[in-house]
Amino acid sequence: MANNSTSLEARKLELWYRNFQALRDISMAIPRNQITAIIGPSGCGKSSLLRCFNRMNDLIPGSRVKGEVLFDGRNIYAADVDPTEVRYRIGMVFQKPNPFPKSVFENVAFGPRVNGLADNLEEIVEHALQRAALWDEVKDRLHKSAMELSGGQQQRLCIARTLALEPEVILMDEPCSALDPVATLKIEDLMRTLAGEYSIVIVTHNMQQAARVSDMAAFMMMEQDRAGVLVEYGPTARLFTNPKDKRTEDYITGRFG
Amino acid sequence: MRNGSAFKRHLKLRKIKGGLFSTLFLGSTLVGTLVLIVLLADVLRDSAGWLDWQFLTSYPSRKPEEAGLLSAFFGSLWVMMFTALFSFPVGIGTAIYLEEYAPDNRLIRLIQMNISNLAGVPSIVYGLLGLSLFVQALALGRSILAGAMTLTLMSLPVIIIAAQEAIRSVPEAHRLGAFALGSTRWQVVRRIVLPSAFPGVLTGTILAMSRAIGEAAPIIAISALVYLTYIPTNPLDRFTVLPIQIFNWVSRPQEDFQHLAAAGIIVLLVVLLSMNAVAIFLRNRYQKRTEE
Repeated sequence: MANNSTSLEARKLELWYRNFQALRDISMAIPRNQITAIIGPSGCGKSSLLRCFNRMNDLIPGSRVKGEVLFDGRNIYAADVDPTEVRYRIGMVFQKPNPFPKSVFENVAFGPRVNGLADNLEEIVEHALQRAALWDEVKDRLHKSAMELSGGQQQRLCIARTLALEPEVILMDEPCSALDPVATLKIEDLMRTLAGEYSIVIVTHNMQQAARVSDMAAFMMMEQDRAGVLVEYGPTARLFTNPKDKRTEDYITGRFG
Repeated sequence: MRNGSAFKRHLKLRKIKGGLFSTLFLGSTLVGTLVLIVLLADVLRDSAGWLDWQFLTSYPSRKPEEAGLLSAFFGSLWVMMFTALFSFPVGIGTAIYLEEYAPDNRLIRLIQMNISNLAGVPSIVYGLLGLSLFVQALALGRSILAGAMTLTLMSLPVIIIAAQEAIRSVPEAHRLGAFALGSTRWQVVRRIVLPSAFPGVLTGTILAMSRAIGEAAPIIAISALVYLTYIPTNPLDRFTVLPIQIFNWVSRPQEDFQHLAAAGIIVLLVVLLSMNAVAIFLRNRYQKRTEE
């Protein structure tokens, strides 16, 4: 049952891309204002699951979802829910930094602008950049192209862009996989700072990262027919030190994957 | 060292091959350039002394020394203006629909295939279509409007394909980023896709226009009229265009008319090159603006 400590909850969630089943029977509750990591080998459906949480899969022709994702007690796949509103309240950061070819300012202002919140833009942008620990680095080049920033700065800009909408949940799809170790640590620090106020779900194939940043961890695998299933889900410390499932143990001890 | 001499012998051969091919490619580049230079030199020599103010400001005449291309120049201007007006919005609209909205089904693939094929249809065929559809069925007569609509049909496939390519080159990651921030599809198109694709769309359109302004065949089918001694003042007026005027002069036996044709070609080339220059200028300016 969704309660105050649950932010998002998948219930018997299944996902198909045409005839291919990508996810089978996923049920999990994402805790509010904590960091939940989804780990697992390549192709196990981690990213597909993440994209179910803000209906990004809708954009892929031929994709179908069964089951429910509850957000504030409401199924985001219900007929009367507009995916635009879902994405407005549940932000997403992508694997490769994808700033728009616009100025730093316009990147952050983009979300508020398209959603009709164009008042106090300067304030919103500055606040978001500060929250993303990027303000000091870009305050003198707000109106220069975002493409000139470094990879790590671009990724923090993408986080700032998401924060500008004050989302309740931030989904991160391997946000550090294109970054160097220093930039990665900065993003991880940032995630820890943000965790108090936002529910963060991060997909990562870096187990150390999952162990470092997350409160809860979910281990996924694919079955014989390549459909992704949730093998084990629990507090990170427990999952990494005392896994219940043999497959989880094999994976985290590096025996496969 | 392993068998150094065999390596060295082989290296020499490889270097000779490399040099040979680069010379060959330089040669093929020069063929095109040289032909163009010879052509320009020839036309310039032929037109010497004929391209003057009188030529630019006179109507066609039986007497070569009094003839000019004023009516043809304004005819081309009128026709191009309307062609651009019609083909730009329709072309870009089609490209946006096909790339951003259309589902992937058999009908859409059929339409796509047709557009690609239409780009290769000879222009005279468009002229005949224009004659029966716009001139006769829609009763527009042999007017500027009928000519512009015919050239629009001819330019559309090229513009659509160029615009589609420009739209396709916008990274998918930018679209997804915008969707993830709660954009509707139209906002993604308006704020992400179009600004990035615009320079490419513009270049494609202007190049299609340059092709259209040099077309004689479809206009001959619509309006064979050459002896026009007034400047058209409204879109339903009869008209003539530069290539037809040039064609008419070239086909006359007297040598003086050949000089007039050469002078006409220079004017047409200047118009063409200015259009391309505008395309490059606009593209550069817009590119800078979107990157800021």
